[in-house]
Formats: sequence, structure tokens, C-alpha cells
Amino acid sequence: MTVDAPIADGHPLPRLNDPARLRTRYAAEARFRIYGVAALSIAIAFLFGLFASIISNGWSAFLQTKAHVPVYLDPAEIDPDGKRDVSRFGLADYTKLARDALSKAIGLPEKQDKATKRDLKGLLSRAIDVQIRDLVVADPSLIGQTITVPLLAHGDVDSLLKGAIDRSIPEERRQLNDRQLQWIDKLTADGVLKKDFNAGLFAYGASSQPESSGLAVALIGSLFMMLTVALLAVPIGVATAAYLEEFAPKNFWTDLIEVNINNLAAVPSIVFGLLGLAVFINFAGLPRSASLIGGLVLTLMTLPTIIIATRAAIRAVPPSIREAALGVGASKMQTLFHHTLPLAFPGIMTGTIIGLVQALGETAPLLMIGMVAFVVDIPSSVMEPATALPVQIYMWATSAERGFVERTAGATIVLLGFLFVMNAAAVYLRRRFERKW
Amino acid sequence: MEHQVVHREAIGAEPLQPATIIARNVNVFYGAKQALFNVDVDVPRNAITAFIGPSGCGKSTFLRCLNRMNDTIPICKVTGKIMLDGQDIYDPDLDVVELRARVGMVFQKPNPFPKSIYENIAYGPRIHGLTRTKKELDELVEQCLEKAGLLKEVHDRMHEPGTGLSGGQQQRLCIARAIATRPDVILMDEPCSALDPIATAKVEELMDELKENYTIIIVTHSMQQAARVSQRTAFFHLGKLVEVGDTRQIFTNPRDKRTQDYITGRFG
Amino acid sequence: MSYSTILAGVAILAVIAFVGGLVRARGHAAGPVKMHSQLGYYGWYAAVLAALPAAILITVWAASEPAVLSRLVARELPATVDTLNAAQHSLAMGQIQSISEGLPKLGAADLAIIKKARLGFTPVEEAQRVLKEHGIVLGSPPPPYVINAAADLTENRAISRYLLAAIAGLLAIGGLFYGVRSIRPRLRARNAVEKVMLGGLAAASTVAILTTVGIVFSVLFETIHFFQGVSPSNFFFGTVWDPRFSAAGSADTIGQFGLLPLLWGTLFISFVALAVAVPIGLMSAIYMSEYASQGVRDVAKPALEILAGIPTIVYGFFALITFGPLLRDVGAMVGLEIAATSVLTAGIVMGVMIIPFVSSLSDDIISAVPQSLREGSYGLGATQSETIKRVVIPAALPGIVGAILLAASRAIGETMIVVLAAGIAANLTLNPFEPVTTITVKIVSQLTGDLEFDSPQTLVAFALGLTLFVITLALNVYALYIVRTYREEYE
Repeated sequence: MTVDAPIADGHPLPRLNDPARLRTRYAAEARFRIYGVAALSIAIAFLFGLFASIISNGWSAFLQTKAHVPVYLDPAEIDPDGKRDVSRFGLADYTKLARDALSKAIGLPEKQDKATKRDLKGLLSRAIDVQIRDLVVADPSLIGQTITVPLLAHGDVDSLLKGAIDRSIPEERRQLNDRQLQWIDKLTADGVLKKDFNAGLFAYGASSQPESSGLAVALIGSLFMMLTVALLAVPIGVATAAYLEEFAPKNFWTDLIEVNINNLAAVPSIVFGLLGLAVFINFAGLPRSASLIGGLVLTLMTLPTIIIATRAAIRAVPPSIREAALGVGASKMQTLFHHTLPLAFPGIMTGTIIGLVQALGETAPLLMIGMVAFVVDIPSSVMEPATALPVQIYMWATSAERGFVERTAGATIVLLGFLFVMNAAAVYLRRRFERKW
Repeated sequence: MEHQVVHREAIGAEPLQPATIIARNVNVFYGAKQALFNVDVDVPRNAITAFIGPSGCGKSTFLRCLNRMNDTIPICKVTGKIMLDGQDIYDPDLDVVELRARVGMVFQKPNPFPKSIYENIAYGPRIHGLTRTKKELDELVEQCLEKAGLLKEVHDRMHEPGTGLSGGQQQRLCIARAIATRPDVILMDEPCSALDPIATAKVEELMDELKENYTIIIVTHSMQQAARVSQRTAFFHLGKLVEVGDTRQIFTNPRDKRTQDYITGRFG
Repeated sequence: MSYSTILAGVAILAVIAFVGGLVRARGHAAGPVKMHSQLGYYGWYAAVLAALPAAILITVWAASEPAVLSRLVARELPATVDTLNAAQHSLAMGQIQSISEGLPKLGAADLAIIKKARLGFTPVEEAQRVLKEHGIVLGSPPPPYVINAAADLTENRAISRYLLAAIAGLLAIGGLFYGVRSIRPRLRARNAVEKVMLGGLAAASTVAILTTVGIVFSVLFETIHFFQGVSPSNFFFGTVWDPRFSAAGSADTIGQFGLLPLLWGTLFISFVALAVAVPIGLMSAIYMSEYASQGVRDVAKPALEILAGIPTIVYGFFALITFGPLLRDVGAMVGLEIAATSVLTAGIVMGVMIIPFVSSLSDDIISAVPQSLREGSYGLGATQSETIKRVVIPAALPGIVGAILLAASRAIGETMIVVLAAGIAANLTLNPFEPVTTITVKIVSQLTGDLEFDSPQTLVAFALGLTLFVITLALNVYALYIVRTYREEYE
């Protein structure tokens, strides 16, 4: 074999240490780094933008404008024949009583024309009728007394006080007219109209008025669904994972299960909704909108997550532990239940929480099974119609009023808050029980 | 500490003329752990120098100092002076990219890129801009394969993946890849440890030919290999350079007791 | 008698069996022969023998009872029922079902009224009123034959339950006695119990299979149903999406169900999303795995994970109230007309959503590239970016392609972002500033109205769902295959 001289030395090719070329190469290096930093920054900037947008739109949803006026519960209106008949209470015009109280607080004359009455009524929520009636029904002895209850102000008044209504636009296009603005200013200055903590956001169900709609039904519905998922998906998921890891023979059937689980994890969630609609509602005849069906659909959807996490946790338990148990004469099943599963427990819990987080935030499949429902009453069982937190967000997001935008963002904050707490729990569990083998 | 003072300079570590690489007082630390202690060694031009010693003795660590491969390990710190043709390679002004082009390296396990044979060799010349035309590059690739004794074996599958070659062929491909940037020095870190005896013989034969044009340093744990291929041998033990000298002298008449113990197989 | 009562009975028998087995095993344990298993297993042995056969019987019974009963009822119906059209028929069957469910709730006086109505002595409206008082609301007064059938159904159902209770009870009691009596020291109770447990574990693992089978069959079944009314060529090759009933007198009365505009919208938005997510996700992954210090990694990695954990409805809402209007205003400033709901809005927001899918998987894959390849490149004097661009990325490419395909399948199946931010008008357009609609949006809008279930307008959602399922399944299987082959190469 001969050695070619040209490569060794004295070669017509350019010398290595060409400073210009080196500079170009280092410039390319710097540019590449900058691309990396820029990509990461864009991603994180988006995260901040998203949170900033949600919080700035939504924080005010936790406050609600209410009118603190003394309302005279006039017996002549509520109980004209003095029989204290509860069924009669429902017929009274409580809005009129509240309107009178408000008018007194503003200092208007007792005799009023229709327009004044209408404008006054426009300051109050339509829900106050029910609000006062419920008080009276609960305690008929209040009739004839003057009580001071925080009356829900109309959504427009609330928006005005939160600065969401522009006073400079012409009166005819504004939600509130000039006279109403004057009254509101007076009432605000007198401390009658003020913003309180919005307990109603967590206590009310669906309503067509933003000020009287709340998350109660959604929260209970989501709670029921999470319970269903936890009660079904965890045992089934853990059993599946234990079977596949510890017992399953390696054959076509278990391969099929394995491939299947990986693919189910990536099936679009909306397809699970179609399954729920076709199987649980049309075939099994379960009631639409019930949180049980939502729970079942979400169970099927989260199963792959829990199975995959549990398998990883079981696999992380070193074989030496199993061998030790088998060595002292435990059966495989005893080894699993006495040693492997308890040791894998923190990992299983973490996986379960991650599955629940995924289920709590899921919307699309629930739309398919009729959970986009206008549910006023808080459900008391899993068979009753309910909505879910993300579905409530969807329904409010598609409503036009400014008040609903605020509530949507507020509901989003609540949802993100729950997810944050659950994730923090998962991280805590992982850290607390992390075991180095 | 006493040890360190007694063996401040290894036996036979007197300056050599002419030398390509001159190392003085080289210490290497991995975090708090010191891996090399005050190594002084000269490496002669156009010859093969072998670093031998039991595993963990620091020979590979020292080899990786010579082209600053240790820079890629964040916790690694090197002190002392290493001169390549009169230039301090740890000089902050010196460019590590350029240094590595001048000091090529062949690794313990063959590590061809998952690309074609042609692309493996063309990679270095391309990034350093050594050729201007496709024809020049083609010629260079052929020359390098020829020199590595691989051309005949791969002539008609230049564009097939380099990972498809046998272990010995892969290692010769890596050598061809290293010489494509026309280095002055080639570092070989146990280049034959993953190869069978026939492939090893071919690589050794190749090294013997290459020493005409290159300064070669080989780290090996096989004393037979060191005796077969090298002209000069340095023996490392526990992070220190114990003895360095003419290969024949080291193997026939070692001056240090530990060198003798090692080459007679009393430890290792 | 309800199923829960029967189940409770079986459960009580199982508890008795458990205690009996335990007591008997204790008796043997005092004897000279060593027991094979721990005592508790003998209790479980007896309990399983008592409960399991009965439980299986109840499950099978519950699954087949409705079909058997409705067959029986149908046989008794007058011939006139056969002449009814499909809708009327299903209405009548529905009435029978709901009346029969309500009858057991009625008191004696009300039952008498129903009975009279059934025999024709009282107007059926009276029966309707009585039922309404008990929460059974019927749309129209039930014909006498319906009340008749409902009464029969109620009767048959009661008989069926008594029969079940008797058989299940006998099975459980038989199991109980057999189980308790067969307890001897040599009985391998633990092995038997564990066999049943193993069966339970194996059964649980079939749920995943059943889910897939359920998805495929339910969606396929309704899709076939859909294609009975609408031709497949109308669906697969149609370029117009207009599923409304057309005006009376027009020849075409089923509307047009062209898939192509929806498919185009889906692909267009997914393309924009990938155009955002792939460069950002990939560069982030490269930066984090090759350049970033531990400190930066500790902050950036969780931040990207948060991005992955945000529910898609939140992204959708963000697109709707903030990002869409922002994009429209920015567009207006530079003279572009961008609709608030547009391909661009939905695509960019969806792109951000899938950044973490690209980045975390790519990060894993890049980290799996052997260090020796990097060293080989550095040893030749390559800079870090040259090493990444020419050695690391090409080596990791198959895995990265797999990651991108998985992200693409996410984007195609994503629903909430497009529902809120893409628009609802089916639109075959190349202009990214215009609204389009997607397959998922149409599935939602076809199924959230008050449409009757059997109309093509509703059934088309299942055809769309099947299309979506097949597309994403193919992408996933292929992507997982690529990623797996890639992993094997470096293991």
C-alpha cells in the first residue's frame, strides 16, 4: 500500500487555519444558539400570555356587585289574606318590593311613571325575585319586617362598576341610560352598591343572566365524574397493569392488548364521546346528560394513562424484591399483593392523579353525551343531569354578554386552580415517596 | 503526598528532540477527585507512542487532554502545560475546533456516523472547507479510503451506510475519517479493543504505514500490542506517569519496579 | 324484585359461606394434619364458590332480559302495529317501556284506573293523567294495546326476576354447601382462590380491548346506517358540506355531506399548527438537551409540561377572547384582513398546544443518540452546532419524524380549540386568514342539536368519527412503529 504524499503535506488545498472561514463557522454556532433560546422564549412567553389573559379577564368574576338596601316585606303584597299559605307566597311581586326599596335609597318620589319603574328594575337582577321569595318561604315570620339583604345587581350594573362598559358611547347604544348612570353613581357613593365576594359563582346553577349563573352544577357534576373515574379506572387499570407485567404470557393476545393500550392513549377524545353516545345512551339506555355516563366515558379515556403509569411503577420495583418473596415461599399472587403493589403505590397514585387531571380538563367527549345542558338544579345522584367544569366554560364562552366572558375566565381560573392543586399533589407524592433502589 | 514528591518526574522523562507534543506538569481533576498527577512527557514526531497501564490509571484521560476532548465534560479541569509544535493548546486564544482538526482521534468503539461511507469521510473536509469542488472531495475521500486500506473492500458501496461494515472495517473507516482532515497527530484510544485478532492485525499494519506521515499516540491495555507497534512507551499507574522510554528498553529492561511488575503480569 | 336486591342476597350468602369456610378450616387446623393454605383462603374459597356462579348468571340474565321480554311483548301486539312506520313503531315501543317501568310505582287506586283504561271503561287520557302524577310523562295518550302490552311487560318482568332470584339463590346455596363441605386440610384453597383472582386480573385487561372493539363497532354500525341513506361517493368525494334538509319539492332531500371541505380544513389547520410547533418544539428540545445549563432546564422543562397540562378548552377560550382579536388587530395594522376565527388563529394556538408533544419526545430521542457519535464529530474539529445539525439530528431523524407524526395526530383529533377558534362554515379555501371548519367541529355541531337520532344529519357524525379514527389510528401505528424501530437501533 502506498502512501500518497499530497495528503501528508504540501497540498494545493486551502490551509486549515483560514480565519475568515472560522469566523463564519462561529457565527453560525452563535445563530444556532440564539434560535434555541428564541424557541424556548416563545413557548414560555405564550404560557405567560395565556395566564395573563385568563387572569386579567377573570379575576373580577370573584367579585359581584350587590345592592345593600333595606327591603320592607309588605304583608299586603306577600300574604294579603294573612293565612301564611306558602303556596300563595310564590305569586307575590318581590321585584316590586326590591324596586321600592331601591327607589327609597336613591330618594325618588313614591309616585313614579312607567319609564322610571323600568329603569329602576333594570338596575336589579331578575334573580332577586327568587332570592327574596326563598327567604320568605324559609322563614314566614319575616313578613312585615324590614330586612337588609344584599340584592344582586343587574349584570350591566356589575359590568359598569368593573369598568367594562364605556360611559362615553352615546346613550341610545349604551346598555344603561344617563339617568341610570346617575343613580348608580349616587348609590355607589352612598355605599349601597358595592362589590362583594361572589359566593354565587359557586352556589348557583345555570341561568340566562350572567349575574345569577354559577358553577355549582358543574362542580358537583365534575366531582361525581371524578369519583366514578377513580372508583372504576383505578381498580381496572391497576389489575390490567399487574396482569400484563407479572402474569401475562408473551403471546399474540397479550401483544394485541399491549398495542391496543398504546393506541387507545392516542385516540382523539371526541371518538370516546361517540362511543359513549352509541353504547351507553343508545344501546344501554342510560339517561342523557347524567354524570354517570360522563364518568364512564372518561374512565375508558383515562384507563390507558393509568395502565401505562402503573406498569412503569411496577417495573421500577426491583426483581430482587420479588425473588426474595418467592424465595421464602410466597405465591406469585401473594408477592404481587404483599410486596410489589405496595412498593409501587406512590407511582400508581401519581399516575392516577395525572389520569384524573386529564379527565377533569376534558371537554369534547362530554359534549357528545349531552352534557351541554341547561341544568338549574344541583344534581343529587350520578343519574341526574349535570354539566362539568370544562363544559360550563364552553357554554359560557359561546354566550355573548360581557358578564359571561368574565365568568368564563373566572371558571377557567377555578379549573386551572383544581388542576394545579392536583398536579402539586402528584409532584409532592413523587418527591415524598421517591425511592432509590 | 510523599509519593508525589519522590516520583515528581518519571524515569526517562527527560526532554526529547525533536518532539511534537511536550506536556509539563499536567494535572486533571474530575470535580474533587484528581485523576492525573504532574505528568511530564514528550511525544516524538512521526513515530508511534504507546500509553500503557492498568485500567483506571489515567492513560485515556491524558490522551483526551491532548485534543481537549475533556472540555466536553463539564466537571473536568486541566492544569499544566501541553505544547503542540510550540503552541500551548490550553492557550485561551487557541481555537479548540482547529486544534481537534490537527489532532485527530480514533475511539475505543468504532463510531461511524449513521450515514454512508462516503459521507463519513467527507464530513470533516466539508465542515472545515478543505475542498472547493465535488471532484476534489471525491478524490480526497478515495485517497483516505486507499490509505486506510479500505478502498478495495468498499469501492462499489461507497454510498451505503457505514454502520453496515464489519467491526474492523468500521474502525478503519474511523481512521480514514480522522486522516481526512489532514491532522498532524492521531490519537487512538484502545482502537482494537472491540476487534477480533484478524481485524486487529489489519489496523496495526495500517498504523505502521501511517506513522511515516503522522505522529500517532495509542492507548492500549495490551502490552503485546504496544510492543508490536510502538517505538516509544509510557507506563501510567494510579494517575502518575511511572516510566517512559524506548519501547524495547521498557519491555526488556524496565528501570522501575512497578513497570517490571506490570509487564511481567504481576498486576494489571 | 330489582337486581340490587338479588345481588344483595347473593352477597349475604357469600358472607355466610366465608364464615362457614373459616370456621370449618379452624376446626381442621386443630387436627393432626397440617393445613395446605392459610385459613383465610378457605373462607374465600367457599365465598367464591357461593358468589361467582350466581354473579355470572345474573350478569348474563341482565344482558339478555330486555331482548327476550320485548320479543315476548311484540308477539302479543295486534297486527295493526306492523303497519306503523318506523318512527311510530319506536314511539309505541318507547311508551310501552316507560309505562311498564312506572306501573310498579302506582298505588292500588291508580292501578285500578289503569286497568279500566286498559279494558276501555275509562278514557285513556285518564290513564295518561295518573301516570303523569307519578312522573311518567307521555307525549300522547297511549292506545289501549300499549297499556295492555305494558302491563304484560311488567308482569313478565316480575316473573323473570323471581325466576332469576330462585335460580341464583339455589346456585349460591349449592355453592355454599359444596364449598364448605369440601374443606379438608389437603384442599389447595389458595391455589383455587388465586386462580380466580388471576381470572379477574385477565378480565380487567380485556376492558382495553373491549373499548377498542366498542369504538370500532358502534361507530362502524352507525356509519353503515348512514351510508344506507347517503351514498359513499357523496360523502367521500363531495365538495359541498350542506347537511340541511333542502327545500320542499327539490329532488335532493337529504342535503350534501361532502367530506372534502372538512378534511381540507382539518389538514390546513394541522399544517399551520405543525409549522408553529415543529420549529419551536424541536429547537427547544435541542437547546434543552444540548446547550442549556441545569438551572435553565429545571425551569424550562416544567414550563413546557404546564403547556401540555392546560386543558384544550382553555386554549380555545384564549384563542376566542384574546388571540383571535389580537391577530385581527395586528392584521388590520399591516393591512391584512384576518377574521377573528380563522385558520391562522386556530392553527397557531393549536401549534402552541402541541409544542410540548414535539419537544418532550424529541428531547428523549436526541438524548438517546449515543455520546460516541458526538465525540466522533468533536474529535474531527466540528463545532457544537455542526455536530448537532450534521450528526445528532440526522441520527435522531426517524425518531423525530415519529414524534411529529404523533403531534400531527393530536392536531387532527383536537376538538375544543377548533370549535371555538376555527369557525363553522365549511370552506375550501387556501387563504389562512379565512375561517374554515374541521371534522371534529362538525361532529360536535351535528350531535349537539335537537336532531332525531336516526336522521342522516346525526348519523353523519359517526361517519366523520370513523374517518377521524382511521386517520389518527394509521398515523399513530406508523409513528409508534418508527419510534420503536429507532429505539431498538440504539439499545
